[in-house]
Amino acid sequence: MQPAFSVIFLTTLIGMGQGLFLALYTGQVYFVLNVVDKASTVTFYSIGSAVSLGLLMLGLVASVFHLGRPERAWRSAAMWRTSWLSREVIVLPTVMGLIFLYGLVHYMGWNLTVMTIGAVVIDLSLIIGLVTTLAVFSLYIATGMIYACLKFLQEWHSPLTVINYILLGAVSGFTMATLIAAYKQPELIPFFAGWSIVLLVLAFIFRGASLIRNKRLRPKSTIQTAIGIRHNQIKQKAMGFMGGSMNTRDFFHGKTALFFRSVKSVFMILVFAIPLVMLIIALIKPSVMILAIATASMYLGLVAERWYFFAEGNHPQNIYYQVIA
Amino acid sequence: MTQLALVIDLNVCVGCHACVTNCKEWNTSGSAGALSDDNPYGKDPTGTFFNRVQTYEVGQFPKTETVHFPKSCLHCEDPPCVPVCPTGASYKREKDGIVLVDYDKCIGCRYCSWACPYGAREIDEHQKVMKKCTLCVDRIYDENLPEAERQPACVLACPTTARIFGDVHDPDSEVSVAIRELGGYQLMPEWGSKPSNHYLPRRKNHVSYKKDELERVDNPLKKEDYQVDASEPSLDDVTSW
Repeated sequence: MQPAFSVIFLTTLIGMGQGLFLALYTGQVYFVLNVVDKASTVTFYSIGSAVSLGLLMLGLVASVFHLGRPERAWRSAAMWRTSWLSREVIVLPTVMGLIFLYGLVHYMGWNLTVMTIGAVVIDLSLIIGLVTTLAVFSLYIATGMIYACLKFLQEWHSPLTVINYILLGAVSGFTMATLIAAYKQPELIPFFAGWSIVLLVLAFIFRGASLIRNKRLRPKSTIQTAIGIRHNQIKQKAMGFMGGSMNTRDFFHGKTALFFRSVKSVFMILVFAIPLVMLIIALIKPSVMILAIATASMYLGLVAERWYFFAEGNHPQNIYYQVIA
Repeated sequence: MTQLALVIDLNVCVGCHACVTNCKEWNTSGSAGALSDDNPYGKDPTGTFFNRVQTYEVGQFPKTETVHFPKSCLHCEDPPCVPVCPTGASYKREKDGIVLVDYDKCIGCRYCSWACPYGAREIDEHQKVMKKCTLCVDRIYDENLPEAERQPACVLACPTTARIFGDVHDPDSEVSVAIRELGGYQLMPEWGSKPSNHYLPRRKNHVSYKKDELERVDNPLKKEDYQVDASEPSLDDVTSW
């Protein structure tokens, strides 16, 4: 497929924004359950929620550039019964509203105690956070399923697509949380950096699994099934036109095989290798600079990873458009 | 239930592209507005087309056959492009099974084109909405036209009757009979989209016989063998043609 930068930015930015919220909430839950003894400060929650919301908004803005008729975008909430895209359109603003509410409750200090179970105090922000977490996971699933539900795009049609959207979004968000911690509350660095490394390893395993799976795929559609003629030797002689069309522009990345392969190496280094080293360094000797490098490298790497994800999708319609004349 | 569709006979298609030009002409002149057509005589011509004729070579030289292969929207019985549409602009009509796009609802997100394995949908770069073959829905029900002309533009243009239009759910329609008797098939059946348009394969008419079938062996008395008398002149001997 031809990767569209609007969709690349949409999926990477909202993935990171959602992951950042998950990081904030994980920190809160761990403190409430007395697993860790350091509470995040109000400043940390407020800045974290604001950055998360900002990333989601940027993603939403990027998505508008993908539409031919953005003024009708409101219509896209209609078909949520059948369309994962429609579901994403509904859940994205919901997540944004909930994260706004979550940040607001922390910022205003509206920590009403809802109930107490033993020594565990459940306050309002914990309840809102739980609902938001469910919404965040729904959004990850909706975003991943937009691609995973297309069965003839065999590279995408796998649970690994959804798992990777979750893991890569989460790891980028946790890394961002580590950076914010380094900036505002350095005693939280070990917690977030530790989680980032765990997620990084998981993401590496599942992204690697997806690369291996896709390398072994055999296309189900062939030129024989495409035109329905049973003969081993069929060559296209003309696709029917000599200029371009949407069929020749939208479904192939148009780059050389070398470029395509090098994008894979680039994202493996930028998403996994550099941030892993930087996070380990940050555990030993924390600094804003090191974590800024980790976050920037990871985001750039995710842009490359998403480009590769789209470019890797091999659409069967390309069988019909191989030879100009 | 009616399911209108085209049956395309690859045995007689000569690849003249008349269906392509007539399709473009009719659909660029309709009330939905013009179909994009940029630089038609310039360096990089591009535009929106609902129908194309492609050419394939089957076999190895010298035993090759050239197959001209027209392709447009197949109006699938289970169209994968319809459920993915977030706005409901893409829909399949209950009444006659035509898959259509409501150009006033489409947001131009291109998701339906990703969801079509046949590459049948094309975005209109000027109106910024997705377009596709409508089976000339603005012709086939138009009572101002003579009844014989209430057919898709491509069908009317075809000089070899390679395109037949009709209801594939009616077992006695011309299209159903053609599919049944001439081995009509669907494209890419592996995805379960059940295309309504069918293609008729190349056909060769061979008469197969054995040598002994040329001589009558079951007429031992030779009662019909009145021509064999060589003493009489034959018609060729007495006339000059």
